[in-house]
Order: sequence, then C-alpha cells, then structure tokens
Amino acid sequence: MHWPLLFLVVVISCFGFLMLYSVAEGDFEQWARPQMERFFGGFILMIIISFVHIDFWRFCSPFIFLFGIVLLIVVLFFGDYGGGAKRWLELGSIRFQPSELNKVGLVMALAIYYDWLTPTKVSNIFWVFIPVLMILVPTALVIPQPDLGTGTLIAFIGLTIMFAAGVHYLYFLGGLLILPGLLALVFYSRGTSWQLVNDYQFGRIDTFLNPGNDPLGDGYQITQSKIALGSGGLEGRGFMQGSQSQLDFLPYKHTDFIFTTIAEEFGFFGSVGLLLMYSVIITFCIISAMTNKNKFGSLLTIGLATMFFTYFFVNISAVTGMAPVTGVPLPLISYGGSAMLVVLGTFGLIQSAHIHRLLKKD
Amino acid sequence: MEKISFRKTLLDRNLGRRAVLLGVGQLVLVGFLIRQMRELQLQESEKYQLLAEENRIDIRILPPVRGVIFDEKGATLAGNLENYRLRIVQEKAKNPRKVVEDISRLITLKDERKSEILAEIAKRKSYSPVTIIENISWNDFIRITVNLPSLPGIVPEVAFKRFYAYKHFFAHVIGYVGEISRSDLKVISTGNPILQIPDFHIGKVGVEKGLDPLLRGSVGLSRHEVNAVGRVIRKLKEDPSLSGKDIHLTVDSKLQEFAMHRIEGFSAAVVVINLETEGISCLASSPSFDPNLFIEGMSQEDWDMLKNSENQPLANKAVSGNYPPGSTFKMVVAIAAIEAGLIETEELINCDGFLEVGERRFHCWNSSGHGDMDLIGGIRESCDVYYYNLALRVGIKRISDTAKKFGIGVLFPLPLSGVSKGLMPSKNWKLTQIREKWVPGDTLNSGIGQGFVLSTPLQIAVMTARLATGLEIKPTLVKAIDGKPINRNKKRALKIQDSTFSLVRNAMFNVVNDKKGTAYESRVVDKKKILAGKTGTSQIRLISESERKKGIRKNEDLPRSQRDHALFTGFAPFNKPKYSISVVVEHGGAGSLVAAPIARDIILFALSGSIPKITAYPIDQRDETDALLKRIKKAIHF
Repeated sequence: MHWPLLFLVVVISCFGFLMLYSVAEGDFEQWARPQMERFFGGFILMIIISFVHIDFWRFCSPFIFLFGIVLLIVVLFFGDYGGGAKRWLELGSIRFQPSELNKVGLVMALAIYYDWLTPTKVSNIFWVFIPVLMILVPTALVIPQPDLGTGTLIAFIGLTIMFAAGVHYLYFLGGLLILPGLLALVFYSRGTSWQLVNDYQFGRIDTFLNPGNDPLGDGYQITQSKIALGSGGLEGRGFMQGSQSQLDFLPYKHTDFIFTTIAEEFGFFGSVGLLLMYSVIITFCIISAMTNKNKFGSLLTIGLATMFFTYFFVNISAVTGMAPVTGVPLPLISYGGSAMLVVLGTFGLIQSAHIHRLLKKD
Repeated sequence: MEKISFRKTLLDRNLGRRAVLLGVGQLVLVGFLIRQMRELQLQESEKYQLLAEENRIDIRILPPVRGVIFDEKGATLAGNLENYRLRIVQEKAKNPRKVVEDISRLITLKDERKSEILAEIAKRKSYSPVTIIENISWNDFIRITVNLPSLPGIVPEVAFKRFYAYKHFFAHVIGYVGEISRSDLKVISTGNPILQIPDFHIGKVGVEKGLDPLLRGSVGLSRHEVNAVGRVIRKLKEDPSLSGKDIHLTVDSKLQEFAMHRIEGFSAAVVVINLETEGISCLASSPSFDPNLFIEGMSQEDWDMLKNSENQPLANKAVSGNYPPGSTFKMVVAIAAIEAGLIETEELINCDGFLEVGERRFHCWNSSGHGDMDLIGGIRESCDVYYYNLALRVGIKRISDTAKKFGIGVLFPLPLSGVSKGLMPSKNWKLTQIREKWVPGDTLNSGIGQGFVLSTPLQIAVMTARLATGLEIKPTLVKAIDGKPINRNKKRALKIQDSTFSLVRNAMFNVVNDKKGTAYESRVVDKKKILAGKTGTSQIRLISESERKKGIRKNEDLPRSQRDHALFTGFAPFNKPKYSISVVVEHGGAGSLVAAPIARDIILFALSGSIPKITAYPIDQRDETDALLKRIKKAIHF
C-alpha cells in the first residue's frame, strides 16, 4: 500500500469537506455531509479494489472496455440531457456519466494490450493502428453527445499511454503536425451543415477568448471567478470570509468553481498549495509506475494518473480563465457523487498495481 | 534470448525514461497554472480586490434637509414639507406593467398617468428609479408600504418639498428653489456629490439663492453590503447628511403682510429699516407672485403672464427698481451746500416758477413760483428753483460726494438677487459712459434728483436712516444663523456737523407737520409717533413746451404709463427715531397724494406692532382711514 498516496487522498478529501461547508455559508448539511457519506462509501470501495489482485483487473480489462462502449451507445440513444449535452444515464436514483467509465476502460484495455504485445512490435504501424482504433471508438461516441471536451480528454489519455508504452516519437510528431489542420477543420465547419462541434460549444470558445463579450452569461462566470480568485491575494481573506462566494457572486461555487473559493479564502498560499498536492499525487504515481515490474500495472498507473491530471488541470485552467469552461469537476473536492466514486475507484486500481508491483508476469 | 532481453530491458528503460518525461511534462503544465495564479493573486490582486468591492458595496447618497428661513420673531417663511412619494425600479420590478396595475388598485392612478409611467420606465436605465406619484396622503403611503412584499420594485420614499407659507407676501425676499440649470453650476462645484441627487433643488432667486451655500447642507453616504441580486445584507458605515443652516431674517412678517396689503393694486415698493438694529424690517414689492407655483409647477400660460405682465410681478422693485429720487434728493444737496459753507439758513432765494440758464428754462413744479424761500422752506415746500440755484453753487462733485455718504449710488451687499447700485452721475461718468461733456443743466437736474440720478427704494430708505441718526447705517437682512446672532460692527458716525443734521431734520419735520408742508395731509397726531419726511415726484418724461401751453401740466392729465412716480421717505418718531421708510409708487403721480399716506400707515404699524390706532390720525381723516384699515384687517391672517 502506498501510504503517502493514501494519506494525500484523504487529506485532500477532508479539505474538500471543509470547503463545502464554507461555500454553503456555514451549513454542514447541505453539501459537506452528503459528500462525506459518499467519500466513506468510496473509500471502502477503494480499499477493496486495492487488495484485489492486479491480475484480476487485468483479466477484466477487455470486458470493462466493451461494457463502457455499450453504455456509450445506450446513452446516445436513451441518454438524459444535463447541461446541454446527452451525457448522463439514470439508473434508478443514480445518475452517472459513462464517459468516465470509458476513460478507465480505455486505460485498462490499452494497458493489457501493451502488456500482451511484444515490445519490439510496439512501433509497427499495424500494431499502432489497433490502439488508435481503440481510442477512436469511445472518442467518436462521446463527441456527438455533444461533448468535444471529454472526447479530447479520452484521446489524450489514450495517447499518453501509447507514449508511455514506447511508441516511436515520430508518430507523435506526425500527430502534432496534423493537429492544427484538425483544429482548422473544426473551425471551418462552423456554420455549415457538417459542423463538427455544437453551436453552444463554439459559444463557449468565443466566451473563453473574450469574456467581456458575454458579461452576464458564460463570461460572467469567468469574470467573477477571476475577481474572486484575484481578490484572495497572497494570504487569502480567511476561512469563510470569501465575500464573493459568500454573497453569491460566484456561480457553481460548490462544483466547477470551488477552486475559486479556495483561492479567495486561502490566497496564493492555498491555491498553489493545493496544486502542489495534486502534483505530488501525480509524481507518486509516476514513481510507482517506474518501480512497477508488472507492465500492465505500470501502464495502468500512468494512464490513471494522466486521467487524474486532466481533471484538476482542466478545472483549474478554466477557473483561472486559461481555458474554456467545460464542466470538469475538481477531483476529490467538487461536490458530486459519481465523480468521487470514480476517482476513488481509480486510486484503488493504482494501489492495487502498487501493492502487486513486485509480481512480474512471466 | 539475450538479444530479446537486452532489447526488453532497453525498452523497459524506455518506459522509465518516458515516464520521467511525462512527469516533467506534467510539472511544466502545473507551472503554467502557478504562473497564472501568480498573475491573478499576486500581481493583479489589488485590481481584483477593487472589483470584488465594487460588486458588493452599494453606496447611496443621503440628501440633506434644507435649512429653514424664519422672520425675526421665528415665523416660518420657507420650510420643508414632507412629500410622500412612490418610485419604481424596473430591474427589481420584473413586470412593471403588472406592478403599476396593482398599485392603481390601492391608490388612484389615472390611465394616462399609467402610460406615462410605463413610457418613462422604458426610456430610463433599468436601475434608475421612476417617480410614480408624489404628495400622496399618509394613509395612502401606509397602505402601499404594508403591501410592499407583493409590489416588487416599488420604493416608498419620504422626500421634502419646499413650502412658502406666506406665499406672495415674501416672494421677492425669499425667492424660490428649482432644479439645477447650467448657470447654477457656477456656484456649485461639479464634484459636489449633492449634484447626484435626482431632482435636487437649488436656490434660484432671492435669499434662497443668496444664502444657498448655507441653506443647502451637505450629503451623507450610506454604504450597504449587497449580494448578487442587490439585496441588502447589512449596513456598513453611514455618514449622516448635514442639514442646512436655519436662517433668521430681520424682516417682520406681520409688518410685511400689512405693507403688502396696503400697496395691493399698485405697482410699488416699500422699505422699512430698523434704525437700532440696522435690520430691514420690511421689503415689499407689488405686484407679487406665489413662489409655491415654482415648486408645484405652473402652466406655460401662467409663466408667460408672470414674465410679460406690464407691472413686472417677478421683479423686486425694492432693490432692483431704479427711479429718479426726485425731491427726496434735496436733503443731500442741502447738506452738501451747508457743509461747504455755501449757504446760510436765513438766506433767501426767489422762485418765480422757473430758472433760466443759458437758453433753457428749468421749471419749478409750482408754476406760479414760491416767492422768497429760505433753506427750510425750500425743503418744506419742495421748491425746485431754490435747489437749481443751490446745485449750481455747490457743483456736481460736492453733490456726488455727499450723496455717496448717504448711500446713493452705493451697492449694498445683501443676499438677494438683482440688487442695484443705482447711479450717482459725475462729470467723468458722463464722459466715459455717454461720451458727452457735462453741462450745467445736468447739475441743475441732479439738484432736484432728476437727470441721470437713479436710486432704489432701499437706497432712499438708507439715506433717510442716515439722516435721522447721523450714523452710517448699513442695511442687513440676516439676523441669525442657526440661532447664533450675527455680530454687528459698531455704527460709525458720519463726518457731518450735528448742527447740519439738526437743520435738515427740522426741515423734514416741517414737510409733514407744518401747514405749508407738502405732506401735511399725512401727518401723525399722536405726539409719541410724530412722522418727519420728504415727498418726491420723479418725472419720467419731459413735459414739452407745447404740452405746457395746452395746459397739460398735471400728472392726472397724462395717461398712466407716462405719469410721474410718486415717492415719499421719512422717519419716526421724530424725537427718538426708530424706523426709516421709503415708498415708491410707479406712475402714482404726486408723492404727497399717493406715497405719503401709504408710508404713514406702514410706519405707524411698525411703531405699534399692530394695526395703527385711529387716534394717531387727524380727526377729519379718521372715517376714511378707519374704513381702509378695517378692510386690511379682514384680509390679514394674524
């Protein structure tokens, strides 16, 4: 068991409870308590997953991946709208986003693929094509939801695993060269019948580029976020003293913008502190992957760490005005049951990989 | 086998290397985030703190209460009446149309008014309040306030409205307030937050304007913390407003009301000065107007009527009216002559009805001539020829210097609008202003208070005040500010011999109390209230020779607008003077007939503080006077 990692996860989560108490203006029941309950459940889940043998997870990988794909197809036809996109699936009283499951599934599938594949074939074009296909399937199913953001992230995570697995640099160089062309294609498609991206998503990009244009709509969120963030200064205004959050000037303060409240109340020390804690988690994971003799385990760890990275990086970028708002929650802190469960689940897998790191598959 | 394993370990090391690369890449990206954080929280922190403050702090201006204006005894001349009104703020009302409808169910609102309101709402910014209705009753106000939760966007307010209880009696002295115009910005700096109060009223005319800096007070500021929808969370620091200073004027409201009734129907002015306090007890100008019209609003026709009316109700004749003083000026000439040693009391000058100088004939009002006149007689019977002679002897310079000692041609700094300096001409003045040389005829005309000489009723009253007391009386209008009396400097004595004053005062006594005096008919019989004074009839146009031949000599023969102004100035009681008075009746004709009786009634009122007793009047005049006084008594409020 990677104790420091476990410790950090718990510490950050507890900090999360504290913040949820603050943004509820001193109300413990509103968000803090439900979040704690979910954390409790997720924590148990994480422990269970940790102690399950890594080979079991290896065995499950293809099934989990396929299951994820199936769910995506179901969502596409029977899914619920939430926030303007068909992302959610309701099962009884539980709502969850299959796209998260897909990230995990893809990571696991790619990990087992590269574990199975002889290392010398890794850069062979045929053996490169397969994983690319594996990446494209969920990506292609997510984008029309419409959810370009998540689609991009899925692809990014997949590509990172491919990179870690040793695929030749040149492939990535080539991909980078195509990227501007792809972007141009997306923007040219705007306004045409074969538009690749939803109107309101284009709107999101516009607002990101110029928040002043939409001061009362999406631009409002970013502007308010920056104001609240900036006014925190070096030391912050103090716990529960964040005027912007307390006075409702900040929207979604318990979910997407909770980092802003942290920055407002704890200042530069707080915001950078948290950022570094996340960073340390990533570093722990990478180091663990490097010492992991089990190929599947190490690739799994890297993939899941990347997934975790995308969460906090995208959220904080949006909140500071460096990227468009995409609804990505701040992991372990933002209010939200399914996200919490998924994240804790992934840490469970990472722990499992770590616990069984000395067991090399022969 | 070895090859494979070597390759394998190589590739394994690759994993390690790539992992490191990924780790470093991640740190680099985190570095970008930290950089952004640094920019927002460290470098630009102040800017964001300011924006955060702007979000949450709502500053409201608290308008000050205007100072009250009282008369010398404390009667309220200009006060503040509570104005209950309702306003609506569109962005809080969500559906203004419905709210306006709901309101009209609770209080009466005409349909056209409703549409006006909605139109105004559409024009203005959504956070700018629009007045729905003003001056509603306390009951209506309560009814709305109680129903406020179901009337979103409605803001009930208690505002203050200026109210002039004495209406037209004090209109010219007090003046009125109104909305700020561009020219008003000269007296109030553009940075003054008081300008941000909607509908702020500033003094426009009269004391309201003259003492506006004292009366207006200064604003307060209330700071509230608000949330994102503008709801007040809590009150932060509040700086209360400072109400304006209350002013006590020297005027006596009862005397003023009596005087205004007495000159009703005339185009006239009356000034009464208290010789002990130097305060102006009465400053009346007729016709007048109701200043409350300027507060309530008046129709275009009413305004046109006020502006264009022949008798100029808007003008304060007492301080702005420039009239030739006529014979009331003769005392000045006499004093100039005596002080220069150019005339003896007993010296006789003959009056044949005219004096020829050069080719011109200068007429005396008495066409048959007064015969031989001495100094006292010249005043008593107001002989023009005597004074033509005297003027020639004295010369315009001495006359001018003496006149200035008595306030003629001098500007008195009173907090009123349109205070005129009058005009005391000189050789230099004529040369520079009219570009003509001074001729002897000008001196002659000046000698009888005609020609270029112009004075206001106030200046005439001051002149008489100085004559009566021998002191340099300076008229004042303000008695106290916020209850604290104004310090008066000790009155200086005029540098004129006592004997000269005695002589002139005696002469003025004779004007009223000697059978031959021009104002004998206006004498007072009560020994304790003897009146002394001087009549005047100032010509406004020359009666041509041809008209004289036709027999047109008297004012009654001329159409009114061409008749002379009637003047009278005096002081009482003769033995121990308490008040001086001047009365000017435009186009009134002879001063003795029209102005003197008015002056008598008013100064008697001043001396007793109430309607004069009939016993003060000569017996044969009592019936007539009684009828007049009874009429006024009915109209009076006190």
